[in-house]
Order: sequence, then structure tokens, then C-alpha cells
Amino acid sequence: MAKIIVNEREYEVRDGQNMLQAALSVGLDLPYFCWHPAMGSIGACRQCAVRLFRDANDTRGKLAMACMTPANDGTRISIDDAEARDFRASVIEWLMASHPHDCPVCDEGGECHLQDMTVMTGHNYRRYSGRKRTFRNQDLGPLVNHEMNRCIQCYRCVRFYRDYADGRDFDVFGIRNQVYYGRQFDGVLESEFSGNLVEICPTGVFTDKTLKGHYTRKWDLQTAPSVCVHCGVGCNTIPGERYGALRRIYNRYNGEVNGYFICDRGRFGYEFVNGARRLHHARVRTERGAEAAPADSDEALRLAATLLGKAKRVIGIGSPRASLEANFALRTLVGEGNFYAGVSEKEWRLARLALDIMQGSPAKAASLADVARADAALVRGEDVTQTAPMLALALRQSVRQAPLRKAAKLRIPDWDAAGVRNAVQEEKGPLYIASTFGTRLDDAAKRTYRAPPDDIARLGFAVAHALDASSPPVPVLPANARPLVGEIVDALTGAEEPVVLSGGCGSEAVLRAAANVAMALCRKGHPARLCLTAPECNSTGLALLGGEGLEPAFGAVTSGEADAVIILENDLYRRAGAAAVDAFLEEVGSVVVIDHTDGETAARAGVVLPAATFAESDGVFVNNEGRAQRFYSVMTPRGDVRESWRWLRDLALAAGRADVEAWATVEDVDRALAAAMPIFAPLPEIAPPAGFRIAGQRIARQPGRYSGRTAITANVSVHETPPPEDTDSPLVFSMEGYQGQPPSALIPRFWAPGWNSVQALNKFQEEIGGPLRGGDPGRRLVEPAEDAAADYFADVPRHGEPSAGNYLFVPAHHIFGSEELSALAPGIARLAPRPYAGLSPDDARGASLAEANEVEVSVGGWSGRLPVRIIDTLPPGMVALPVGFAGRGPLELPAWGELRNPRDGRGQAQ
Amino acid sequence: MLSIVKGLWIVFLHMFRRRVTVQYPEQKPYLAPRWRGRIILSRINGEERCVACYLCAVACPVDCIALQATEDESGRRFPEWFRINFSRCIFCGFCEEACPTYAIQLTPDFEMGEYVRQNLVYEKEDLLIAGPGKYAGYDFYRVAGLAIGGKDKGEGENEAPPRDVRTLLP
Repeated sequence: MAKIIVNEREYEVRDGQNMLQAALSVGLDLPYFCWHPAMGSIGACRQCAVRLFRDANDTRGKLAMACMTPANDGTRISIDDAEARDFRASVIEWLMASHPHDCPVCDEGGECHLQDMTVMTGHNYRRYSGRKRTFRNQDLGPLVNHEMNRCIQCYRCVRFYRDYADGRDFDVFGIRNQVYYGRQFDGVLESEFSGNLVEICPTGVFTDKTLKGHYTRKWDLQTAPSVCVHCGVGCNTIPGERYGALRRIYNRYNGEVNGYFICDRGRFGYEFVNGARRLHHARVRTERGAEAAPADSDEALRLAATLLGKAKRVIGIGSPRASLEANFALRTLVGEGNFYAGVSEKEWRLARLALDIMQGSPAKAASLADVARADAALVRGEDVTQTAPMLALALRQSVRQAPLRKAAKLRIPDWDAAGVRNAVQEEKGPLYIASTFGTRLDDAAKRTYRAPPDDIARLGFAVAHALDASSPPVPVLPANARPLVGEIVDALTGAEEPVVLSGGCGSEAVLRAAANVAMALCRKGHPARLCLTAPECNSTGLALLGGEGLEPAFGAVTSGEADAVIILENDLYRRAGAAAVDAFLEEVGSVVVIDHTDGETAARAGVVLPAATFAESDGVFVNNEGRAQRFYSVMTPRGDVRESWRWLRDLALAAGRADVEAWATVEDVDRALAAAMPIFAPLPEIAPPAGFRIAGQRIARQPGRYSGRTAITANVSVHETPPPEDTDSPLVFSMEGYQGQPPSALIPRFWAPGWNSVQALNKFQEEIGGPLRGGDPGRRLVEPAEDAAADYFADVPRHGEPSAGNYLFVPAHHIFGSEELSALAPGIARLAPRPYAGLSPDDARGASLAEANEVEVSVGGWSGRLPVRIIDTLPPGMVALPVGFAGRGPLELPAWGELRNPRDGRGQAQ
Repeated sequence: MLSIVKGLWIVFLHMFRRRVTVQYPEQKPYLAPRWRGRIILSRINGEERCVACYLCAVACPVDCIALQATEDESGRRFPEWFRINFSRCIFCGFCEEACPTYAIQLTPDFEMGEYVRQNLVYEKEDLLIAGPGKYAGYDFYRVAGLAIGGKDKGEGENEAPPRDVRTLLP
């Protein structure tokens, strides 16, 4: 700890910070622009000027930039010093000389760091009478809006986009007062993290274009802590609601998961909640083949109960995108033996295997923060930028760790961004990527290896064997993999905090090999961490609940045992082949679907019950590292929408079940779940209970300045209705509640007096960049076994030689389009690629196919014509098919299939 | 006894004073232009002045203003709908003070009585007037940096033409 003196008062701060960080950490206000806790200081904006004294006897001191002054023991500064104050005021005045008179029409207004800093320094009138410089804007695509006039040239955007997220298509151009931030030409920003510019920009140059379509100020947004539903990482988010529609998603800091940033899928995928395909009313079909008709909820519930009551055996199909509570309610209703996880057989095997590995391996699961802290990483199987984007951003930070240590040896503090960059230049830490074909992360990798999944697995087994000879050997390794093994082993053993990251890429062998590598590292005394990706927001939670996959469910119906099914938040056509699902739905007598979004499965159901999305419900998701995180409803649902577990409880009550009678709130379900399965025992404690109060008050979802209370619904009735009740959480759908800092799991928004922008976050952290006050929310349920005596996986796959005319079809994930819900958001849908068949240049030449030619594809019982896309990094003999498009593609990838050029009428051998 | 006579005498004297009672509604009182009565939304050069910035709504102490912003194709922002619940309004004038475009103004009109409270809910059509109201001449979009239909970048007041970022000349 260092003792610093600010304004003649002593404070204790952690070593190794700069004075700006230290001052903000102890709760003082000091204006700044170019500094960002995740990106360090460059001392460019001159806004954090303070008077720095040599010692207690020094009365004159000198002006210094707080962000460039190390907070060493005894450092003495004065923030209140008159000259420093004047200096800061004049800096703002210069910055504002060309700032347009835009605040009323600017989307940043009300949460603008520039506004806050202007007020903080006291500048209020433009004395300069010269003309304002102007710029033309660029069209940056459907997600981010550009308004360059407002720029104050702080360089934060380029520092994030280029230095932090490694984007290449955005930069700073020009000189003196015509410095311009943008792309070379108009066009969609390529980085998957471009949406963070909205939060990074201290003013309104970059704003959320999806919010612009239904613009609402921050003070009018009803917000609550939530968790992203668009991948398995479980980033914490703050969705905002107004007039019954979800308006935007902002990042919610969690030091252990998503620090300051979220990906574009998470930020802009929310619009499915307001989408045209939302179900707001129940729908029933009284006879098979009849038109489905809208029904009120009581009628639908009665019909569903009758259907289920008549059935011999009712099975339930759960969902990886439904909350733990919903899945458990279904499991309780149908019984443990009748509960099936609603994912494809292959995905289910992978999810269970991943869970077994996490529980059996001595390697601890890595959180996002652990991955970012790692100084050597081995990524296997997946293009994480497309499947778990924030993991990719964390890996991009991990390659900076080894060079950072080098800079630390030169005594350059890690916050000195420019100094560190000068010292390490282009040097990168060890990151090795083994994937089926090129990934978006390859530019950060030291070495890449592209091969079919089995060979990726074999590389992993070989690395594990080289680390620990007691792990199974790999007899023959491809020539291009052999030199890699030694290099990877050196990198992993040379690192202090190595991490092994693996996605399934549809192959269990890849996961097993990753587990072996992590285990071998741990056994050899290198405390490696293991990070396995999960495909959906609650895949791990579903795996923890147990049960069987989809195929046994189909089997139960085919054998005639079961004649009724309840399908929970799941479109089966995305989980299994269309023919199989058609047959299943045809054969089973009664189908009850509980979902929030209309789909093909819902279209065939006898009864459709409208469920709540994440924005309208409370619950728990378990992310890929096994962290249980609670999310809270942001708004009350429209129409007859209810939370899935409430529908299921009502169904159970209609069937006369006594065990659910006590289920009044989501906490009752959690307690039942905790009692039923010991792994979920901590569930009731991961967040404060519904009875939690601060000074007798609930936590207000609406900010203190929420406007329009007596006018919003006045067109319907001039008599105001009381705010909706919330029995499930300590939050309240009103501005009348506690507006200060609640416990970290309940933070509905980052806002502090004088800090209206997201920078108010500084006031919610124990120290800048550290955990939230009271610890980061969420609790890890899955911990490695104490003894960890698990054996190495022994089944090394054989090197698969392709047979003539056969191609190995591998999945190609896309950040925009592969995920079901976000693909329904118009902005994301615009960026999603059209379905294609990716071929290697050699194979394309061999089959005389060119880019965009049509090709006939036949794999896994599915055939169709797709346009060719030539992928340079794809090894010959493999075909890449995008995942999740149209929902009817072949699902169990990788698989062997055939490819034919329809023009020459003959099959192509390689 | 004496005090009663004294009182009667004073009342009697008042009969010869000037009458102050105004014969409303036959006789209308003079109200200054700054009088805080019925709220209107004004226009300038035929265009709506309101840019839907939500400042009036947030300034309103009784929260009786609600609106939703939208934009036309040219990027000009305006309220999609704008509602004032006059049954809650206390005519404090904070909305007018907060308004950065002189769009919302209070007028010297208080004759808004209704038998049905619901009729006191005014929508945008009820609020918009044809002219600029009390403040002529100020057109927000002339001084804002935003490009809208009919005003490109650099064409606002006190604005330099847009920079050519590709030039190498100083």
C-alpha cells in the first residue's frame, strides 16, 4: 500500500497505480478524457492536471497530469489548487470551442462524459467567437452511428478499436484541428466489438444506431441487472426499457466476467424482445389440422391441462436458452425420468462431457478475467470470435501479458499505455490456435494449425503426452503438427498462468484432448486453467440438471410410450433434422409449447403458451465456467405473457400436484431446486433475497429523474395505475425506491452524483478496475474435485483419411446469424451472411467451381444447393457450412458428405 | 354597540369606492404575454420547433409530459407523439425554461375547464400552433451542428465548411 496526500489529506491506495486512478479510487472527483481504466493513460487530453508537490515543505509545486504521475508512497498533489483548476477549465474551453450546439438532439445527452466534465470544471459560456470546424460523417453500418462534429479528439476510440480490440479498419486521420476518426471509406465496422465505441466515446460521436430508432434518454430508461442470452459466456448487461419496449443494452461491469466491454451480438441482439414474432397471447388448436386460434390464458391452460391429463406419459423437452428455474419446473412437472434436454444428441454429449471435465480435472475453470490475465493460451477447435466473442477479446488481452511483464522489468508501469507500446513494439505473447480453418483471432496468434477435428484432437493428445509421458501417446502425427508440439509445450510450461481454451467444434475428442493438456500441465506443477465454451446462455445449467438428449425423447414417442410433450422455449427444428422433428410432432398426440418467440415448432403445437423473455423474467443462468448468475426482469410483460416456470407451475396445479403449491415466487423454485440437487445448494445465496431492503426501501428500477409518470398512459385513462408488483426480487418498478449503491448483484444502472455517464462506474468499484463493492456478483457452482484423481482420456482418435468423393463438412459459426435470438434483431440480421458452402481453393478448382457458383450438397440426410464461398484457409477435403441459418441445415456437424457441381453432372473426387 | 355602527359605517363608505370586480367572462382580464397558462408547441418557418430532447419532460415536477422522439429521413428529429396531462399540470413553466429550442411555451390562456378529466389530456395535434409564439426568430437547427434536410454540414450559423480530411495541405 502507498500513502498519498491529496488536498492535504492522507489516503491509503494500492501500489502501482497512477494518481488519477488513485484519486478516483478513494472517491475524489477529477475530470479526465483520454484515460480509461482498461486502456491506461497516455496523458493526451491534459484534463486531469493537478499541482504536484515534491514534499511537505514544497509550497510552489508544479502542474502535472495526474494520469501520468505514479501514485508512489508520499506523492503529494492538490486537486483544489487554483491554478490547476483554471488550467482544467481552459482545457475544457478549448475542447468546447468547436463542439456543436447539439446536446438536445444528441443521443449521448444526459449520459455524456463531456457534459459531466464541463459541469465539473465550471465552464459554461463560449467566449470564442470564431467559426466551428465541421466534418462529414460516415455510414458505419446498422449498429453504430457517426457524428464527427462532436469529436473532442481524445483518441479513446482508436485506442480501443485498434490497440485493445485489434481492429484494423478504423483509424485516426489528418492533422491539427482536422483530426478525423473513421474508416478509409464508408462501410460496416469490421470489429465484433465496435459497439463498445458507444460507451468508450466520452461524447456523442459514436452512438447506438438501434437506440436511435426508438430514442430514449438514460434518465427515462427503466433498468435492472441482467445477463446476456446470446452465448455461453454470460456477460452482465443492463437492458433499458421505456413504454413497454426494450430500448437498448449497456454493459454491466463484472470484474470476473465481462469487465468494461461486451460484444456487438450482446449489445444489439436485444430487438427480438420487441420483434414481430413475439408471442403475446395463447393459441390453441382444438382439433388436429385445424387453424390455431387465439385464446385467453385460462382457456389455454385448461386445454393444456386436459391434454396432459389424458396422456399415458408426458415428456418434457427443456432448453439451453431457458432459465434454470424454468427447466427445473418442467423437470418437476413431468418427473425426472421424463425430462429431456432440448439439444441435439451431439451437443448434449459435448455439454455433459464438458461438465465431467470441469468437475474431474484438477485445472480450475477460467473466467473471462482469468483468460485475459493468462500469459500463454492454447485455443482449440472453435473460432471463439464467432461463438463466444468476449473470450476472443480476452485472448487478445492475454497475448499482451507476456510483453507486459517485459515492460515491467524495464520499470514501465502497466497503465502507461504509450510507454508499454514503445517498449514491447509488436511483440506478442504465446497464443496457439488449432482450428478447422482460419479464425478471426488468427492475427493475434503466434502459430496456427488447421486440420480436421480429429487431427486437432491428436495434436492435443500429443501435447499432453509431451508434457506428461503417462498420458496416452499419439502414434502418427501429421508432419505439419510435429514441430508445433514442442513449441506449444515450451510456451505452456514457460508461462506463469497458462490457459487451455477449447470449443467443441462438434468433436468430443477435441474436448478430451484439451482436458488432457490441462491435466498434464497441472500434474507437472503448472497451474493451468481450463476454459470450455458453451453454446448457449444456459447450456451448462441444463447439463447440471441432467437427463437425456433429444433422441431418447424422440424414441420415447416412436415406441408409443409417450403421447404428450411439453416443449419449453425451444424450436426443435434448430435442434434436429426436419424430417425427424416432423415425424416426432406428427406421432406425439398432444404438443404444448411454452415459448416467447413464434417458430416452426410453435406453429405445430396444440397449445402455445406465451412465455417471458429474459427482459421480463427473473432467473438464473449458468455460464460456461459454471458461474450461476441471476438476472432480473426489466419490464412487465404485455398481453398474457408469463414466465415459463409460472406456466409450468399453473399446469402442475391444474393437474392437482401438491408439491408446487408453495411456489409463489422464483425464490421458492430456487429453494426447491437447491433442496432437490446439492450442486444447486448455493443458488438462494447468489443474490440478496426478495425481502432485502435498504433503509426500508426496495431498489428502484427507474432513476430518480424518470419522467412522464402521469402522462405515459394518460391517453388510455387519466387515472394513474399503481406500479406493478414485483414479488420475485428486491427491485421495484418505480422511481420510488433506493437510488444509491445497492449490493453488486442488484445494480440497476451506473449513476453517481455528478457522473451521469457510464464513467460513474468508478464510484461502484472497490478500486478502479477491481471488483465491484462487496465483490463481483455470481457464484461458481462447478469446482474441480479436491482429489482430482481422474485419469487421462485414452481414446485418441485415428487420423481420418477421406474416402473418394467424400468431404468432411465442418460447422462455420458466425457472430451475426448463427445464434437464434439475436438473428431476429433487424440490425444483426442485416449483417448475417447468406447460407453458403465454404470450399478450399484447391477443391473449388478441382470441381471447376468459382465463388458464388451453386453447388449441390448432401450431408447427414440433408441435401440442397448452396452458393460457393472460397475460404483460403480451409484445408482441402473439408467443406464449411454456416451454423444456424434458416434453421434447416444439416445439424450434426462435423460429418462426411458429398459435394457435386450441378453443371457437370458428375461427382467430384479429390 | 358602537363597534357595530362603526362596522356598518365602513361598509357604507365602500359603496362609493371604485369597483374592482371584473365581469368575467363578459369582460376579459389583461394577461401579460409571460403569463403561465395553457402550454403550446410552436413552429418556426412552418417546421415543428420541438426536437424531442425530453428536457421538458424531465424538468416537469409533476411528470405530466411524455413524448417519443423519432426522425425523418433527413435526420431531423421531432416528437412522434407528445402528450401533456393538464389535469396534473401545475403551470410552473419549468418546461418552457428547460426547452432549448423555444418550442414549448406557456400562453396567457387559462380557459381550459372541462367536465371530464380525460379531456384534459392533450396530444401533439392539440398542442401545436402555426407560428413561433412568443419567441420569433430562433431556429435551433440553424445553430446545431447536425445536418438535416435543407441544411448540410457547415451551413449552420458560425460554421466553417466541412474539412477535407484527405488533403495534405496545412
